Amino acid sequence: MRATRLALVAMAAVSLLAAGCGGKSGGSHHGGTGAGGFTPPNIPALTSLGQGEGQVNLVSWAGYVEDGSNNKDLDWVHPFEQQTGCKVNNKVAGTSDEMVSLMKTGQYDAVSASGDASLRLIAGGTVAPVNTSLVPNYADIFPDLKNKPWNSVNGKMYGIPHGRGANMLMWRTDKVTTAPDSWSVVFDPNSPYKGHITAYDSPIYIADAALYLMSTQPALGIKDPYALDQKQFDAAVNLLKEQKQIVGEYWSDATKIQQSFKAGDTVLGTTWQVIANGLTGEKTPVQTVLPKEGATGWSDTWMVAAKAQHPNCAYKWLDWVVSPKVNAQIAESWGEAPANSKACTLTEDKNFCTSYHAADAPYWTKVHYWNTPITQCLDGRKNVKCVDYSKWTQAWTQIKG
Amino acid sequence: MSITATPGGPVRRLAGLLHRRPYLRLATLLSAPLLWLVVAYLGSLAALFAAAFWTTDDFTGEVVKQFNLDNFQELWSQTVYRTITVRSVGVAAAVTVIDAAVAFPMAFYMAKIASPRAQRWLVIAVLTPLWASYLVKAYAWRIMFSGSGVLSWILDPFGIHGPGYGLPATITTLAYLWLPYMILPIYAGLERLPNSLLDAAGDLGARTFRTFRTVIWPVAVPAVIAGSIFTFSLSLGDYITVKIVGGKSQLIGNVVYDNIGAADNLPFAAAVATIPVVIMVIYLVAVRRTGALDNL
Repeated sequence: MRATRLALVAMAAVSLLAAGCGGKSGGSHHGGTGAGGFTPPNIPALTSLGQGEGQVNLVSWAGYVEDGSNNKDLDWVHPFEQQTGCKVNNKVAGTSDEMVSLMKTGQYDAVSASGDASLRLIAGGTVAPVNTSLVPNYADIFPDLKNKPWNSVNGKMYGIPHGRGANMLMWRTDKVTTAPDSWSVVFDPNSPYKGHITAYDSPIYIADAALYLMSTQPALGIKDPYALDQKQFDAAVNLLKEQKQIVGEYWSDATKIQQSFKAGDTVLGTTWQVIANGLTGEKTPVQTVLPKEGATGWSDTWMVAAKAQHPNCAYKWLDWVVSPKVNAQIAESWGEAPANSKACTLTEDKNFCTSYHAADAPYWTKVHYWNTPITQCLDGRKNVKCVDYSKWTQAWTQIKG
Repeated sequence: MSITATPGGPVRRLAGLLHRRPYLRLATLLSAPLLWLVVAYLGSLAALFAAAFWTTDDFTGEVVKQFNLDNFQELWSQTVYRTITVRSVGVAAAVTVIDAAVAFPMAFYMAKIASPRAQRWLVIAVLTPLWASYLVKAYAWRIMFSGSGVLSWILDPFGIHGPGYGLPATITTLAYLWLPYMILPIYAGLERLPNSLLDAAGDLGARTFRTFRTVIWPVAVPAVIAGSIFTFSLSLGDYITVKIVGGKSQLIGNVVYDNIGAADNLPFAAAVATIPVVIMVIYLVAVRRTGALDNL
């Protein structure tokens, strides 16, 4: 599995070179570029940067666009406004799908899209390719975040990588006696922690089951947990239906699961590092691990709307948000690895980048970032059809029963 | 008819016109509320129903406006939706029964036994929980149902485990949330019952239970049903409480929410949303015959 991921990274690097030479040749290959076989609408990228338009409308994840109103120490909006003259109007979205629908209204200029939204935005013609030469800080972005299947098509970047994280396995060290190193603990039907296990409440969690099957049932031939044909998909769904017997509750709300771990109702399950940090801060004994099978995760990308009314301000924002200092601030307050390699020297906690593995490329090869499952298999298989996301959603309803 | 700057003339003519034509007067008065009712309220229901016959493009999520029955076929053929519907109706019915059982004695005391002064305070006390946010109350129950919460603390000495998160917790929380909506109609209904009827029943030798069965209950039934419309419909559409205290269970509302939120599949969500509408229409038609709607 690791070898395949490395091959993909290598391929991505090759296509990056190809793109860098100005050719469109990176295109038709699978793996490193694009989502095997769909052609996005032809929308031109901005060619040169002009004067700011005085304002910019953003859609973002909570905590990505802070103006000091939630915490006076966290403010990277006002400095931006002073420096560029672009007033920031931000709309926080709760889910990837909300982001997609907000962007479709055409009222917003830029969005911080995760991989399970970005492809939909690209295919729908909602976002335009980004001219990375107009974003100076793009040069310092970690190379293993550039030209990836969820943020580029045919070697064309559709956004600026912003940060990434993994869905970790967390446990209460006082309640779970042996430290787990495998996802098997959350799928074991005879688990001693039956009723105290949690799982993420979203169709995208099916990928976590697929990831586990990837190493436990190699016969299924799963190469990418977001590219499942019907047989592989059914296997993952069945695994989750069995898992439901031992799950205590599903979570989608970080506060809720944090409280549940704190109270001890949940002792084991999938989590985000930021939740674990919150619990450690509250003196709840928890620990996290990236299990040996790897994990799913997210990699967020700032994208520009195809019909942006304030494209110049949007580009300025893109550059600002991945500038070393701001990127460090966001990463640290949010609990994810920054995308800008220079951000690591500017974090308050000098160990931050180490603990979040920001520069640890081999670590990230074990993380399968959220992606949108579509009919054309993302792993490049041409002879089968994959199960698309709306089927994932309906299957999720059936899993929960 | 244009209003010119000169005062008197046109305004007076307008007033005269309205005076002579009562229908015009009525139409002008009602047009705003009617517009609201028809366009915003019934219109959105109609749009919902129409959208249920559309589908979405698998990938871009764009709505494809082409009539077909796929969504309803899916709803019918997949047993999981039937299970969820039955579960949701069961939860709504349980909440209604619990609320009726708790609210009746409470409302009776308020209407018939408490002094007028106490009555006023009791009404305020019943209404007070409505001032607090729904979420605060639901999260409060979440903490109480926790393994280290109050319920376990009370039950553990008796060797009983708390119910934990799940349907019982959902029913309890919903029953708590909607209780005022049951108490108030019953209170209003019982207040209309003359005390003399109770005295007469006593004078004629009826004991408590017989008085309840033959005098109070027949008068109170429409009020109880009126309350049940609130508790039943509010519970049937709820999806937040079950997310907070429901553990791993899901109700109709969650399916609608997941299809809008997670899948961006509005047509399917619309199709699912017609289920509670149909259930409520059936319930209301059945209830109409009891005359409870006059009590709302």
